[in-house]
Amino acid sequence: MGTVIKVGMADLNVCKAPDALTTLGLGSCVGICLWDSVAKIAGMAHVMLPDSTQIRNNDNIAKFADTGIKETLDRVLKLGAQKSRLVAKIAGGAQMFAFGSNNDMLRVGDRNVAASKEMLKKLGIRLVAEDTGLNFGRTIVFYPENGNLVITAVGKPSKTI
Amino acid sequence: MSDLRLEEINSIHFDVLKEIANIGAGNATTALSKLLDAKVDMHVPNIEFMEFKDLAEAIGGAENVVVGILLTLDTGIDGMMMFILESDSAEKIVNSLMGRTCGSLDEFSEMDLSALQEIGNIIAGSYLSAISTFTNMTITSSVPYLSIDMAGAILSVPAIEFGKISDKALMIESEFGDKDTIINGYFILIPTLEAFELIFSSLGLM
Repeated sequence: MGTVIKVGMADLNVCKAPDALTTLGLGSCVGICLWDSVAKIAGMAHVMLPDSTQIRNNDNIAKFADTGIKETLDRVLKLGAQKSRLVAKIAGGAQMFAFGSNNDMLRVGDRNVAASKEMLKKLGIRLVAEDTGLNFGRTIVFYPENGNLVITAVGKPSKTI
Repeated sequence: MSDLRLEEINSIHFDVLKEIANIGAGNATTALSKLLDAKVDMHVPNIEFMEFKDLAEAIGGAENVVVGILLTLDTGIDGMMMFILESDSAEKIVNSLMGRTCGSLDEFSEMDLSALQEIGNIIAGSYLSAISTFTNMTITSSVPYLSIDMAGAILSVPAIEFGKISDKALMIESEFGDKDTIINGYFILIPTLEAFELIFSSLGLM
């Protein structure tokens, strides 16, 4: 068994099998995993906001879907992954509180998911699986050995996508 | 746009925030004591600007199941406030309010959840009135929204809102109760930078 590397909020990391990547308690944030099945290399980003260009305070590139995914891509390529073999799996983007319908904060989970998908498309990385939206938090673990993304939530059976 | 940067908040500003926290916790204690019809003590709250990544750790880890009650601030100052209760504290409060001895978080009925929501509302309102008194501003908030989930997931909501302006959040940890029932609560205030400025300037600090 390898080590499980923790990715914090607004953070990203990469690893090679048998190591794995995890992020705990994803709420409205989105966890994006990039995977090269041959090199068994993976990257994970835990992004909080959709777009770095909309925000004044944007020094932390791991915080945003656009810059965070780009950086994760650069890091997995540096580790030896091949871009043509990369696929993506994403999870998170929940709506933790049932706000009134005209509230902007209502949409942040959805917006994070949409921005992540858009960025993946822009970078030409195929999205193969997702577990997004709804109203509960998720803990995710990604295993580059087999490409499994294991998702656990409070009071629910764990799920592999 | 605001000129204030959170990094530049100095010790006088911080003392003011501390004092507001103190009074807020005092109000909350009185309210809780009336609600539960019991003597409730208060410890001096611990107030800190924390990095987001440390926030969840301070509340027992990202996967720790907690109760989060969130209100948005509408008039006066913009922002959000959140009250977080440890799950065993939430159980204690509801049990004592409902006059029973058992019942855990996952067995809570609609009625229990609604009671919990109201408690959050009262406690948040106590802090709000402290800010309001200090600044002479009328501040109103939304109805409370409740969520029971992993601390990390619940905290992501204020973290995202705050993340637009800074990597740190203002956290006030308070402890209420007597020897037998200690209630641990965390209060997180997320005003916009403009709101911070408004608070400080109405206190004559800017």
